[in-house]
Amino acid sequence: MKKSTLFLLFFTISWGCISQEQLKGMVMVKTTEDSTKGLAGASVYWMGTSLGGTTNAEGWFEIPSSSKTNKLVISYIGYQTDTLQIVGTQELHHRLKELGTLEEVVVRAKKKATAVAFLGATNSLVMHEQELLKAACCNLSESFETNPSIDVNFSDALTGTKQIQMLGLNSPYLLVTQENIPSIRGASQAYGMSFIPGTWIQSIQVTKGVGCVTNGFESISGQINTELKKPRTDDKFFLNFYTSGTGRREVNTHLTKKLSKTWNTGLYLHGNKRSAKIDRNQDLFLDLPLSEQVTLMNRWQYTNPASGWISFIDLKYLKDAKQMGAVNFNPKSDRFTTDAYGSENDTERFETAAKLGYIFKEKPYQSFGVQTAFSRHQQDSYYGFNVYDIVHKSGYVNTVFQSILGNTQHQFKTGVNFNYDDYVEKVKTYNNNPTDYKRTERSVGAFFEYTYDNLEAVTLVAGLRIDAHNLLGVFATPRLHVRYEPWKNGVFKASVGSGRRAASIFAENQQVFASSRSMQLEATGGKIYGLDPEKAWNYGLSYLHRFLLRERTGTLAFDLYRTDFQNQVLADYDHSPQEVRVYNSSENSRAVSLQVELNFELIAGMEFRTAYKHFDVEQPFKGGSIQKALQAQDRFFANMSYKTTASKRASLWKWDATYNWLGSQRIPSTASNPESYKMPNKSKPYALVSAQVTHVFSPKLELYVGGENLTNKTQKNPILGVADPFGPYFDTTLVYAPIVGSMFYGGLRYKI
Amino acid sequence: MKTKILICLLFFALTMQAQSQEKKSKSEQWLVLVNGNCEMCKARIEKAALQTKGVKYASWDMHSKTLKLIFNSYKTSKDTLAKSILAVGHDVDTLKAAEEQYENLHFCCQYRE
Repeated sequence: MKKSTLFLLFFTISWGCISQEQLKGMVMVKTTEDSTKGLAGASVYWMGTSLGGTTNAEGWFEIPSSSKTNKLVISYIGYQTDTLQIVGTQELHHRLKELGTLEEVVVRAKKKATAVAFLGATNSLVMHEQELLKAACCNLSESFETNPSIDVNFSDALTGTKQIQMLGLNSPYLLVTQENIPSIRGASQAYGMSFIPGTWIQSIQVTKGVGCVTNGFESISGQINTELKKPRTDDKFFLNFYTSGTGRREVNTHLTKKLSKTWNTGLYLHGNKRSAKIDRNQDLFLDLPLSEQVTLMNRWQYTNPASGWISFIDLKYLKDAKQMGAVNFNPKSDRFTTDAYGSENDTERFETAAKLGYIFKEKPYQSFGVQTAFSRHQQDSYYGFNVYDIVHKSGYVNTVFQSILGNTQHQFKTGVNFNYDDYVEKVKTYNNNPTDYKRTERSVGAFFEYTYDNLEAVTLVAGLRIDAHNLLGVFATPRLHVRYEPWKNGVFKASVGSGRRAASIFAENQQVFASSRSMQLEATGGKIYGLDPEKAWNYGLSYLHRFLLRERTGTLAFDLYRTDFQNQVLADYDHSPQEVRVYNSSENSRAVSLQVELNFELIAGMEFRTAYKHFDVEQPFKGGSIQKALQAQDRFFANMSYKTTASKRASLWKWDATYNWLGSQRIPSTASNPESYKMPNKSKPYALVSAQVTHVFSPKLELYVGGENLTNKTQKNPILGVADPFGPYFDTTLVYAPIVGSMFYGGLRYKI
Repeated sequence: MKTKILICLLFFALTMQAQSQEKKSKSEQWLVLVNGNCEMCKARIEKAALQTKGVKYASWDMHSKTLKLIFNSYKTSKDTLAKSILAVGHDVDTLKAAEEQYENLHFCCQYRE
């Protein structure tokens, strides 16, 4: 009896040992002719089983032996997958070969700088860093010069701020997010785009039409999401200098450091300054503001693939100061006097964001994430005698859970988010006492989004969110996106959905302060400045076709979008040239946009992109419906870029040129002004050309020079009543063309 | 006492034995070699896998030709899965798809030399 017990014991232990038997080994790659190094992250597993693992940082792996098979598969992206017959349990050393053909494939089918998504239900495109490097792109607002889907307009002749538009609607109707956290809204609406340095941007995703429900109810005409550089993948050190013929200088540096296997941190610094007074049109007003800006960001990134946790913690600080107005204006002595007209605008912003995500280990299709953000934005500004100060505090929490229903053909996302916005504004116009406006917005929302993918021709995304908002009430926001691929290389996309927002009328129309116009609020008892929230439905249809032309790929895209406002907050400049009336539209209004875009590669390395756009944007003013002012109804765009093939030392040239034609624009009526203060009813069409040449000396160093507005187009008298800035006809808001003519710039980028 | 130890050990041994058999799981993972060429193959392979009852996740990698599956082994088995992929013309590990199904593949998907 005792013997058999021992036998049993022995049997159990030995059996346990066999099953615990390990295969140990190392996966290597060739580095030079006669040396090799371990390959981290290669996957090693027994064929036909889930038994396996990945190699560690030194290339070592240790996996349990398999009783079923002796075939071991070793694979790594970019290397030949090898299947080995394993005999015995001795230590294995295996060298993977690089995929010879892959190199060729990579060179020929390189990633496009801008990729229009063929897959995915939304009509979106991704602009990668290469696209952003085609122009100076000092900041986010300047990043769309080579992209026809977004139009860049001028807000006023004083600050020279660039405003972006999509589908013929101004940026407030767009949801601008930074790594999917709503970022440019409320107080930062007017200048926020210029507060994100271009070198920080890794990529930009532009989605046309209503966005997804996960990011809130605000996106009406589209969404712009910016992905910033990640410390884990960014260069160790990056330095950029930029200088322009209009006196702007910029410095950008990035420093990243690996702290441990899981933690990385990055320090990002940006500074710009314009100290030269530029008045080329000799109207005795600065064409461009004197400015100074410092922006800092500290990012912390935690990535642990073994446990499935990832996290980002960001801290950001910005200080920006601008001085505008008469060339001889001295803020110390002339402020709030009639000696000289001047304006200053100081902004200080602090923001922090933290994200935490978890991917379930055994379920790659299931994840959970929490995003939180807090910001405080303070702007103190005056324009002549007008004062506008705002402090906007904002808090945001979003949770998202993603998983499947049955299998990955049916996926869903669900979550809850909280929003808190606190605004304190001070508005003072010349003869009036200052008025304080305070408002606090609080909302809680829950969303559910379902995605169906039949894996071939149809993708459908249906989302619904319910929000309870202290000023907007309780409401539902449904959104639907459908993708249908009826034939190979052709895809239709359709979207429909609603959106709402509370218009921050002063922050969004602050250019009015730089004029003698008085802002007339026609309150109707609503909860936001006495106005009701904006409400709209957006419908979109697009067709994208991929084609091969002499073995080179191209795309042809048609877009048609329509936005129907059930309620819109209008800024009526047409009622009187001395006023801007702000009121809720009494009838429905619409904005229709049509775009045709063609992209193709002419010869190797040379890409051509052209687009035609037509807008029909109706503004149902009380004096009658009229086309939106200062907007070209027709636009034509063309861009050509050429990149030489890299030499042995990886040096190459990049050439890029963009042509933009803007049709006639309606100018708000100045008919009641005296003869010398009148502007024509319509502007003349004009064309703008910009170009840039980049020489990449090596992967470390590149130099670029470029020019904007090479045809030297300017608006003759951008400021109405410039000779009498304190008189009743002074107006800097009627801008339809550039204020400065040709501008040349140059810079360098250095990275390690 | 002796018998008690014996029973314990026997029980221990039996549970170990049971473990050596395939344990059923609601989300069992399986990495398997599936032959194919292109994006079209990828769609076909994943669709065939996902349309098998009990499959939650299927992702085929074109370079390594491996199909990663997560499935509920109470509802389906590796055999059933292999059959449904073979049925659309793709070889699964050492199992060959029938000539008839293979011939039906789009010409760019015909992976056999």
